[in-house]
Amino acid sequence: MTKITSQDHINVALSECIYLIKGTLKRMAQPNYLEALTKAFSGHGIEEKSLISILGKSHPEHITSFRKTTPFFIDDERQFERWDDHHIKLLKREFLRFKNAVVLWAMHPWERDARLVKDALKKGPQEYGTIVEIACTRSSEELLGARRAYHSLFDHSIEEEVATHIKGSDRKLLVALVSAYRYEGNKVKEDTAKSEAKLLAIALKNVDKKKPTEDEEVLRILSTRSKPHLMAVYKYYKDVSGKNLDEDLGADLIFKVTVECICTPHNYFSKVLNTALKIDADKNTKKAVTRVIVTRADTDIKEINGEYQNLFGVSLSKEIEETANGNYKDFLLTLIARGN
Amino acid sequence: MATLVIREDVSVVHDAELLHKACQGWGTDEKAIINILGHRNAAHRQQIRIAYNDIYHEDLVKRLESELSGDFEKAVYRWILDPVDRQAVLAHVAIKKSEPDYHVIVEIACVLSPEELLAVRRAYHLRYKRSLEEDVAAATSGDIRKLLWALVSSFRYDGSEVNARLADTEAEILHNAIKDKALNQEEAIRILTTRSKLQLIATFNSYRDEHRTSITKQTLLGTSDDEFFKALRTTIQCINDYKKYYEKVLRNAIKKVGTDEDALTRVIVTRAERDLQDIKELYYKRNSVTLDQAVANDISGDYKKFLLTLLGKED
Repeated sequence: MTKITSQDHINVALSECIYLIKGTLKRMAQPNYLEALTKAFSGHGIEEKSLISILGKSHPEHITSFRKTTPFFIDDERQFERWDDHHIKLLKREFLRFKNAVVLWAMHPWERDARLVKDALKKGPQEYGTIVEIACTRSSEELLGARRAYHSLFDHSIEEEVATHIKGSDRKLLVALVSAYRYEGNKVKEDTAKSEAKLLAIALKNVDKKKPTEDEEVLRILSTRSKPHLMAVYKYYKDVSGKNLDEDLGADLIFKVTVECICTPHNYFSKVLNTALKIDADKNTKKAVTRVIVTRADTDIKEINGEYQNLFGVSLSKEIEETANGNYKDFLLTLIARGN
Repeated sequence: MATLVIREDVSVVHDAELLHKACQGWGTDEKAIINILGHRNAAHRQQIRIAYNDIYHEDLVKRLESELSGDFEKAVYRWILDPVDRQAVLAHVAIKKSEPDYHVIVEIACVLSPEELLAVRRAYHLRYKRSLEEDVAAATSGDIRKLLWALVSSFRYDGSEVNARLADTEAEILHNAIKDKALNQEEAIRILTTRSKLQLIATFNSYRDEHRTSITKQTLLGTSDDEFFKALRTTIQCINDYKKYYEKVLRNAIKKVGTDEDALTRVIVTRAERDLQDIKELYYKRNSVTLDQAVANDISGDYKKFLLTLLGKED
């Protein structure tokens, strides 16, 4: 469930203001001025070129009226229009989006993943999905590399920090997931996969008696079996219970994300991107755009692009074209194009 | 220090030829096998296997398996494997027993360095097409599963950073967990399976300073045959001072009625190229008889000759 944040209120207020101001400014004979500026400041990243051409070349009167009419500025008692601090923060974040993407892109994948996990741990429960994402979508060797980098960067092992900082029922699964070194071959014992699918079906039916998160067998299967094995389990689960495993795990977000990342990763990434690109996405959700595109650019961005098209009827590139701005947008599109 | 005595001028091709000769015809020349393999390090042993395969188009290991038998065969088989592969085999054998040998798993997870443990996990993938942790988890349940699974999955920080205050705090947590055996053991497992070895040693020292008794002694109080607490204690011993631990394993293996050959072979074969000399010295201090003598009195035949060779006996 999404919380309504002050960002949401601001976005609503912003849209209303824009509507009113558009009307006013239309009458001031600068029809594209405010629209262009608002676009330049909204969405993901900053439209640097239009800021240069509009603000840089504007008549002082127009800049004054811009200050008087946008919600970015507030009327100060000493008769001047002052920048709203909150908006400066927002803008700073948007200006930094390109820099953050570049820094993350240039980083060694191991350091990248180690830092992403550390950030997620610091931010708290709403970001634990990112830890699952990294633990489950990386190959066994990539995850190992991240664990090594974590030693170097933070003088602790990932598992000890996850075990110390995370309380409650999610701890066991998260510790197990970051510690996994799954077999990567294709060999799957079909009988075992079948029986484990049945086991999961029973465990998930007994949701009232015991939560799946407390079930040691569910934990064992999800965090030790190889990915091909789990995909087979996923398939047999559908046969046994009629529903998809991730749907039945719906109540437990971390478990659900685990299954999605292992069994249907392109679908998972597409959904994450779609949510992050929405206009009302909060600041942490928006970061997923950089994270997913940078970390998947050299692996499966092409497949994600395709899956995005299947799910949402528009290609990821087109969506980025419409919602992102300036250098940040160009950088993302370049990364996505690497998949071709 | 190692006890293995290796020859200087080694020709692996010549070795392969001699081994082939030893296996030909009626019977086997066990003495020649011991004389060659008992004086070759891991690198040479691998090269001999390759040379043998090149010349005779046969796997030397399979050949020896068919020529030899009993405890001698088991020892030679374990010896000739690459050390990392060997640990994977030992782990697999331990798990697959009808009553899994938990201590072997604990040894592998705790005595080896984090990178060595990783190498063993990789070797396990290669050999058994499954991960070590999935087999360990599937073969166990309850607290012992939680402990062993976490141990084999660990990739401990191996740097020198230690937090003294944390050591004190966690020593107390361990104390409470061990004191009331009925308590949920998850915190004890968390500490013992995720903290770095140096951090844990600091924790054990803090425990001793605070409670005037070693944590290992405390762990077994009030339990007799509880597998979990025995494994917990092994974990602490292996991390704290594994040479002392191995001395005890050897002592128990020899003392036992009939001898525990598996344990004897395991310790000697896995440590001969590493630090068996140090373990020997501990053994002598503790038992007033050399390990060589004790082994010689306890076992016989080619098995005895082979182990004594690994222990450093020159002919």
